[in-house]
Amino acid sequence: MAYEPPVTDYDKIVENCTCAFCGSNCDDVDILVKDNHVVGVRHACRLGASKIMEDEDQRLTVPMIRDENGELVEVDWDTALDKAAELIAGAVRPVFYGWSETSIEAMKPGLELTELVGAVIDNQATICHGPTVQAVQNVGYPLMTLGEVKNRADMVVYTGSNPMNAHPRHLARYTTFPKGFFRKRGRFDRTLVTWDPKYSDTAKLSDIWVPFEENGDYAFCNAIRAVLKGKELKQDVISGIPKEDIVALTEKMKNTQFGALFFGLGLTHTLSKQRNIDIAIQLVQDLNKYTKWVLLPMRGHFNVNGFNIFMSYEMGFPYGVDFSRGYPRYMIGETTTIDLLNRKECDVFMVIAADPGAHFPGGALAHLADIPVIQIDIHWGPSTELADVVLPGTFIGVETAGTSYRMDSVPIFMKKAIDPPETCREDEWIVNELLKRVTKLKEASK
Amino acid sequence: MEYILKNGIVYDPINEINGEKKDVMFKDGKIVNSVSDDAKVIDVTDKLVMPAGIDVHCHLAGPKLCVGRLYRPEDERRGVKPKTDITRPETGFSIPNCPATGYRFSKMGYGTVVEAAVPPLEAKHTHEEIIAIPNIDIPPLTLFGNNWFILQFAKEGRIEDIAAFVSAWLKITKGYGVKIVNPCGSEAWGWGMNVHGIDDPAPYWDVTAREVIRALAQANEMLGLPHSIHIHPNDLGHPGNFPTTVNTIDCMKDIKKNSEYRNQTIHLTHAQFHCYDGTSWRDVTSGVEPVADYINKHDHVTMDMGQVTLDETTTMTADGPMEYDLYELTGLKWANKDIELETASGLVPFIYSGRNPVHSLQWAIGLELALMIEDPWKVCLTTDSPNAGPFIRYPRVMSWLMSYQRRAEMMDNKEVHAWAGRKSALGTLDREYDFYDIATITRAGPSKIYGFEDRGHLGAGAIADIAVYDLEPNNFDPTRNAAEVEKAFSNALYTIKDGQILVKDGEIVKVVSSKHVRTEVEGFEDEEKRILEEIMPFFNRYYTVKFENYVVHDHYAEPSSVYKVNASK
Repeated sequence: MAYEPPVTDYDKIVENCTCAFCGSNCDDVDILVKDNHVVGVRHACRLGASKIMEDEDQRLTVPMIRDENGELVEVDWDTALDKAAELIAGAVRPVFYGWSETSIEAMKPGLELTELVGAVIDNQATICHGPTVQAVQNVGYPLMTLGEVKNRADMVVYTGSNPMNAHPRHLARYTTFPKGFFRKRGRFDRTLVTWDPKYSDTAKLSDIWVPFEENGDYAFCNAIRAVLKGKELKQDVISGIPKEDIVALTEKMKNTQFGALFFGLGLTHTLSKQRNIDIAIQLVQDLNKYTKWVLLPMRGHFNVNGFNIFMSYEMGFPYGVDFSRGYPRYMIGETTTIDLLNRKECDVFMVIAADPGAHFPGGALAHLADIPVIQIDIHWGPSTELADVVLPGTFIGVETAGTSYRMDSVPIFMKKAIDPPETCREDEWIVNELLKRVTKLKEASK
Repeated sequence: MEYILKNGIVYDPINEINGEKKDVMFKDGKIVNSVSDDAKVIDVTDKLVMPAGIDVHCHLAGPKLCVGRLYRPEDERRGVKPKTDITRPETGFSIPNCPATGYRFSKMGYGTVVEAAVPPLEAKHTHEEIIAIPNIDIPPLTLFGNNWFILQFAKEGRIEDIAAFVSAWLKITKGYGVKIVNPCGSEAWGWGMNVHGIDDPAPYWDVTAREVIRALAQANEMLGLPHSIHIHPNDLGHPGNFPTTVNTIDCMKDIKKNSEYRNQTIHLTHAQFHCYDGTSWRDVTSGVEPVADYINKHDHVTMDMGQVTLDETTTMTADGPMEYDLYELTGLKWANKDIELETASGLVPFIYSGRNPVHSLQWAIGLELALMIEDPWKVCLTTDSPNAGPFIRYPRVMSWLMSYQRRAEMMDNKEVHAWAGRKSALGTLDREYDFYDIATITRAGPSKIYGFEDRGHLGAGAIADIAVYDLEPNNFDPTRNAAEVEKAFSNALYTIKDGQILVKDGEIVKVVSSKHVRTEVEGFEDEEKRILEEIMPFFNRYYTVKFENYVVHDHYAEPSSVYKVNASK
């Protein structure tokens, strides 16, 4: 990495901003501003800094509508909003998907709109930590805030996730390196363990690396539970790990003072899906008979947890909630986005602060290409290619203030550092406008 | 707008009105003594009129609730109701979604409901939920009992600094009062441990519950907060825990109160869970008698019941170690949520059943408490919702309190297990609450206990929070008609909030925003500033959020109703 001299040419520093990238929601970011532009970012990791800095790249700046020739053409806000409202008001089975990279304040009118038209509202959990939520509903949810780990943990386990690449400051800010109240020497007072088939960057830093076989996670956790319950392991090698190593690791886990297990999509999306999480949670519950253990899913987007929390308190269900019958229904496989698209049920799709074009499976995308798609986002992306109406939003945490929930459910008010581009509108404003216009259309058709 | 509520039978214990036929008048959201001839008349001839209900202890908004909703879709699927032209969809039974919470309280004639446990770090979440709950005012109690700063200051005996910290943190969290949950025990849970009794010190901090409780109470009285300390003592739900309960109250008896409106210096919450005798669940018996006896002889304490309602429900408390014990006992899915530097918490679903001997005994103990404590002003009706049962069961609890016949019937025809009669004195208690007593334990008492001078009564100047029920007290015998009592109290004829009719004939007719009810101490600013400066280096080092992002910004607590406290008085 080439040396970059520090930025000295700026008008002001906005301190303690919250990074709107991953679920770590680092709230110590200083943004350097000159002429209402971000010219430097301090304390953020490279992922966060590049998102905050290079925001103007491929930025959506004006509303657009796809014309008869299939080209997106620039229009004014009224035209675009009316077109979107018309599509939503006329839809039979609309799906409003996304929400994980916008604020709780924008979700509120979004839910109102959902209730009004009887739509399905869903977020990225449906394709990422959905199995985690299912597992939590099966067996429980022993978690903590990240400061508990920072102050107390002497053993930290990461599995199915590689925070050094995906949540780069997670170890530095919360779990491994910081000097905690009861861990005054920071890293030296902790044992870092990675269970991962890959020798990831996190594994490279770890004291113990457990490279179980791919799809071997369930059997591995099961073996630890068995040892913990005093059972003799019948196989010499389990999931590619020698029996002795499993016994030794179990002893270590039992004899810590405070252990924390973090898991990512590597655990939720291997062969046994939610059953992997079931057993990981049960393992932590069992360990609490001997000492203190907690766990936490490594949530990806900065407000993906926020949407699940928001929907739970507003409507009692975390994601994939269907209002077509006038009351909320939550049936995984039935009211979840991918299934609705695969079955070709959905007839109008609104995506806000998400990129299904980049992440959805082919069958779902094929249907998206056939139906009208409304996009509210700040960047041009694969979903823009599918969109028929494009409504450019603003960047939460940089251009617009708003509430988000960190991966451990700590609510943070993300302040703004600069003003948004003149031609863009806040997500909250856009969704509110849609709500107003759809309400008007619905009343007119009564 | 002026209204006159005509010819109701009014029960208003604070103004000593016991079943008089009279008119209640209100104007612009306030009770008044007279109105002009233009006043709109609402005829409630011979119907039961009370101030709107005040719930002193309920878990209805905040992170715990949300974990409950997220991990118990099976509970959310009970109680689903579609939207109407006025209301939003409802879900949930023991942990309803926010709109349903507001509607259901409103339908029972309640106007103010205290959220009993707010971890400061996640106070924003609680306030966000309060915004989503309609129709009731919500004062949140902030958790202090396991806060590291408090533990340290209590050990050093720095009472004034604790007062400054409490004063600052009530502003930071937009809270109403001081809540203490399993003091030192929830901190011990950070290491998977617990403390037992009030003289067992917290690991590392080496400070005992006795010291923490006393220090917080002294600070509370130094500030003269409208509510006293609100305590969930150690050893919740352990057979043989009644001495801890008595010791907890007793260690407070020399502390002088600093409030003209309330009488107590300590409020003992969900007392039912704290009155067990015996050594295990096999030989457990009721330990109500010594606790009730103590409360009868001392005036510095008030309590609420925590009545078990024999339903499937969700337990949730900041008492983390207790929830793990419960998980080991039941094997049902355990959730936990420890909050850095502040508290622990946990959840476990629970199925109370009248066929289970222990649950039946718990049912008896709650009622025994309410019937053995002579002064109804010291008693409040709660189910520690949703811990001992969901709040929609309050009317059923009222019907039990009002009818000896109904209680005897339940014990005779095996609606509850024989332990209820055998191991408690409930069968021998023939006391029956009348409507005046019910108004005392659900309106007047709570108003006094919380220092709510503006509510819980129908005197001029009070806010016009009124409930009318479809019962005619002069032609009705509640001791013989438990089912009708429950039905009437479940579906208010009118619920009036701030002078607006929100419920009519048991249906929601109007939805308004809830107010965040909070206290603000004045005259302690210098001390607050000094203590904040002192603790800031520690705060920055060990919390994982910046102080600037920790405070609850004003817009999370709008609209609010602020009780100003003058600390210098």
